[in-house]
Amino acid sequence: MKDTSIEYDVIVIGGGATGAGTARDCAMRGLKTILIERLDFTAGATGRNHGLLHSGARYAHTDPESAAECIKENIILKRIARHCVEDTGGLFVTLPEDSLDYQDAFVSDCLKAGISADVLDPKEAIRLEPSVNPDLIGAVRVPDGSIDPFRLTTANVLAARLDGADILTYHEVVGFLREGDRITGVRLRSRRDGSESEIRGKVTVSACGIWGHHIAELAGVRVNMYPAKGALLIFGHRVNNMVINRCRKPADADILVPGDTICVIGTTSTRIPFDRIDDMEVTSGEVDLLLREGIKLSPRLAYTRILRAYAGVRPLVADDSDPTGRSISRGIVCLDHAKRDGVEGFITITGGKLMTYRLMAQEATDLVCRKLGVDRPCRTAEVPLPGSEPDAADENRRQHIIGLSTEQKAAEGRHGTWSGRIETGSAADEALVCECEQVSVAEVNYAIDELHVHNLINMRRRTRLGMGTCQGALCACRGAGLLERHDRCTQRTLDDLAWFMNERWHGMSPVCWGETLCEVQFSSWLYQGVLGLDHSGPVFPDTPENLTETEHEAAEKV
Amino acid sequence: MNLQEQNISDNNFESCIKCTICTVYCPVTAVNPDYPGPKQAGPDGERYRLKRPYFYDEALKYCLNCKRCEVACPNDVKIGDIIQAARIKYASHGPSLRDTMLANTDFMGQFATRLAPVVNFSLGLKPVKYLMDKVLRIDDHRTFPKYSGTRFESWFRKKAEAAQESFTKHVSYFHGCYVNYNYPQLGKDLVTVMNALGYGVRLLDREKCCGVAKIANRCIDEATRDGENNLRAIREAVGRGDEVLATSSTCCFTMRDEYPHLLHLDNHDVRDHIMLATLFIYRLLDEGKARIAFRKDYRKKIAYHTPCHMEKLGWTIFSTSLLQMIPGVDFIKLDSHCCGIAGTYGFKKENYAYSQGIGAPLFDQIRASGCDFVACDCETCKWQIEMSAGVPVLNPISVLADAIDIEETRRLNGVS
Repeated sequence: MKDTSIEYDVIVIGGGATGAGTARDCAMRGLKTILIERLDFTAGATGRNHGLLHSGARYAHTDPESAAECIKENIILKRIARHCVEDTGGLFVTLPEDSLDYQDAFVSDCLKAGISADVLDPKEAIRLEPSVNPDLIGAVRVPDGSIDPFRLTTANVLAARLDGADILTYHEVVGFLREGDRITGVRLRSRRDGSESEIRGKVTVSACGIWGHHIAELAGVRVNMYPAKGALLIFGHRVNNMVINRCRKPADADILVPGDTICVIGTTSTRIPFDRIDDMEVTSGEVDLLLREGIKLSPRLAYTRILRAYAGVRPLVADDSDPTGRSISRGIVCLDHAKRDGVEGFITITGGKLMTYRLMAQEATDLVCRKLGVDRPCRTAEVPLPGSEPDAADENRRQHIIGLSTEQKAAEGRHGTWSGRIETGSAADEALVCECEQVSVAEVNYAIDELHVHNLINMRRRTRLGMGTCQGALCACRGAGLLERHDRCTQRTLDDLAWFMNERWHGMSPVCWGETLCEVQFSSWLYQGVLGLDHSGPVFPDTPENLTETEHEAAEKV
Repeated sequence: MNLQEQNISDNNFESCIKCTICTVYCPVTAVNPDYPGPKQAGPDGERYRLKRPYFYDEALKYCLNCKRCEVACPNDVKIGDIIQAARIKYASHGPSLRDTMLANTDFMGQFATRLAPVVNFSLGLKPVKYLMDKVLRIDDHRTFPKYSGTRFESWFRKKAEAAQESFTKHVSYFHGCYVNYNYPQLGKDLVTVMNALGYGVRLLDREKCCGVAKIANRCIDEATRDGENNLRAIREAVGRGDEVLATSSTCCFTMRDEYPHLLHLDNHDVRDHIMLATLFIYRLLDEGKARIAFRKDYRKKIAYHTPCHMEKLGWTIFSTSLLQMIPGVDFIKLDSHCCGIAGTYGFKKENYAYSQGIGAPLFDQIRASGCDFVACDCETCKWQIEMSAGVPVLNPISVLADAIDIEETRRLNGVS
C-alpha cells in the first residue's frame, strides 16, 4: 500500500489512455503524480473501440474542429508512438447506392481541414486493397491507420512511471477527502482485499470516461454524460490491410480496421441506461447489422470466421437535443469544477476520443499546472513513448531481422525497442505460451515483472495472450502456470482461469456458429471435461459486478 | 441469423481449432527443435504472414511436405499446403544451384543416362562425394541412386510397344523419372503384370517429371509448365478411354493434389483417372474383371512400409491387400512412420542428420523384423531404407511380377 503521509501534487483517476496520458504529462512536468485505476488499464472504453488511427476524414464534413485535431494528433502519434501505430492508409469508398456528390464535398472538406485526400480510380483502389467491394464507384485515399490502445496506454503508464509517478491498479475511488470547498484527496478501496485507504493530493483529475459521471457525483458535482454503446466484431485474420470506410454521412458499421492479426468492423450506436455500462451484451440484432453493413465494405466478411463481439461505451457529454448522439461534436471537455461548481482541486477531462487522448491530457495538465502555479511546457508531442525511442541499433538490427523467429518479430511489434528486455537464448525462454499470437514464456515473464500484471486478463492486455484464434483454449492454462510460479495468484489460479475463460466465452457467445462453435466446444472439453474447471468459486476482482450489495450501498452513501 | 452460411479460407486455415494434433504427428518436430511445427508454421503463422510478409519464418524450409499433419487434422485444414504455399510465396531467396540441380530430375536424368557408367562410378567416388558435400552441400553420407544406361522409354519403344496394340483393353502408364532414368525394371514389371491381366500398356505423349522435386525446391514456373504438359497428355489418354496408372505414390499424389493446391492447375476433369497401379489391379480382381494365379514356390517374408504420400492418398490397403493375396508370403505391416528422406530433402547437408533421426525407429523395426525385403510404393523411401536399414526394397508391382504365374495368369485372362 502507498504511504498515506505523502501528499501528491496530482491524483489521476482512470487507467485508460486519457488517464495514463495525463499521468505521463503531469510526471513529465515534474509533478508528484499517482495514477489510480479501479480495475486494470484499458478496462473501459480505451480497450473497447476500433483501434482506428483517425486521419480526421470521418469528421471532416460534420465536425471540422475534431477533424483538424485528429490529423494533428495522427501525425504526432506516428512519431511518438510508432510501435503502437500502423500506417496502413485508409480508403473512403463510394458504393453504387451512395452519391458521388458526397465524395466531392468530402474531399474538399478534408483538404480544408488539412487532411490529404487523393481521389483514386476504383480499379486502383482494388489493386491497393483487394478485399474492398469490387462494385465501388469511387474511392478516396486518406492517411488513416490503426493504433493499438493497449500498447499505447501501457507505454504511457511506463513513461509516467519512469518520470516518478506511482501507479495503483485495482483500487476504486469510493469517496473524496475535503477541506471546506476543496477536494484534498481520495478514499480508496482495494478490489483485491477490500481494505480501505486514503491518498492526499492537491489536485484530483477525473479521467474516467463514462464512469466520470459517477466520480463527479461522489465529488458532489454533476457532469451530464450519457452512455452510447458501440458494438464491434473481430474477425479471425486480416481481411484488409488498409482501413476501409464508407464515404457517406457517418452511420452504423461503416469502418473496417485492420489491427494486429485481426480486423474489426464497427460500430453501432445505441443509448443505454447507466446501470448497464459495466455489463454489456452484444445482441444478435447488432451482430446482424454489423455483418450486413460490413459485407458491403468487404464481401469477404460474409465467409470469414468471426472471433468475438464486444461493445464499448462512448463517454459523450450529453446534448439532450439529439437522441442518436451522432451529430454531437466529440470535442474535448475539460471542466474546472472550481469555476463551474465552486469545488476546488477537482478537474474532469472527458469527451474527446482515443485519437486525442494526448491533447486531452495536455489540456488537463495545463489546468493542473495553472492551479499549482507551475509553469512548465507540455513536451508529450515531442518526446517518444517508451518503446518508440529512436534506436541507434535499429538499422543494424533490421539487417539481421531475417534471422528472428516469428515470435521475436511479434514481440518487437508489441513492445517496440523495449522488446530488447525480453530474454532470449534458452529454449525455456523461447517456448510459446500463446501460439496464435506468438507470445513466448520470456515475454509473459517480462510483462509480469514490468507491466503491472496480476492476473490473466492483465496478461492478455499487455501481450495479446488469448486474443487469437483459440481465444485462450491452449494458452490460458499455461499463462496461469507462469503467474502462479511468480506467486502472483497462488490462491486464485483456478478462479483466475475460470474467469478468464468465461470472459473469452462472453465475447464468443454472440457469434457462436461455424468454426467459432467448434472452438468453444473444444475449449469446454479441455477446461470443463479434462481439467474439471468450473466457475462456482468466488468471483474475481476484475468483474465490475463484483461489488456486493452492501458495498454498492456504501459507495452510494458517500 | 443466416448471414454466414459457412467459413471459407485458403486451404481451410481458419478451420484450425488449435488442437495441436498435427504437431504431435509431425516427424520433423520430433527431431528438430528449430522447426516450429505444422500448427505454428501453417495456420498460426498464416495470420501473421497475412498481416505482413515480414513475419515469414525461414525455418519453414524444414517442412518435408510429408502431409502427415493433414492426415492427422480432424478439421480438414490443408496444413502442408499452407506451409508449401508460404514457402513459394515468401521465401527470401530463390532456389540455390544445388536445389535447382536436385529439382530438375528430367534434365539431370537425360544427361546422366547417356553417361551412366561414368556418372555412377563418379558419384560413388569419395573425392567426388567430398566435393559435392563441400561445394554443393549435398551430404556425403548419401548413396545416389544408380542411373540406367537405357531409358525405360527407349526400351519400351524398341521391345514392348508393338505388342501392346494387340490387346483390346489398355491403360496408360505414367512411369516417372525414377523408372525412366534409374530403374527401368519396375516399368518392365508393370508391363509384364498388366499384359498378363489382359491390358496393353501405353505411354503418355511426352511425359515430363510430375514436378514434386521442383515444387519442394520452389522452381514453380518450371513445375507449372511440366504440370500443364502432363495434364495435356493425361487428358489425351483419358479421352481415348485409358486410366492413367503410376507406380510411384508421390508422382500420383502430386498430379492429383499438389497440381490444384500449389500450382493452381485445374485437374478436376481427370483427377479420378490418375491412380496407383496397385489400386487399379486390386479393383480389377475385386470386381472379377481379371484373375490372377501365383507361383506355388514363392516363399518370402515381406515387410510393407507406408510412404507418407501413400498415407495421405489413403491407398495403402490396396497395395497391402495385393501382397497378402500371394500364398507364400509372410506379411508384416510396419508402423506407419516417415522414413525421413522426403525426396530431395534428405540429400541436403543441413537436413541429413534430421532425415536419419526421423527414420531411425523405422530402420530399427525393419532390421528387427527379419524380412527378406521391404515392399514400398515410393522410390525415395527405397533409397533411404536400402541405405539406412541395409534391406532391399521392392515396389509391390515388382513383387507381383515375380510372384505371379505369368503363363497361367495370361491363360486365365484370355491372353494368347
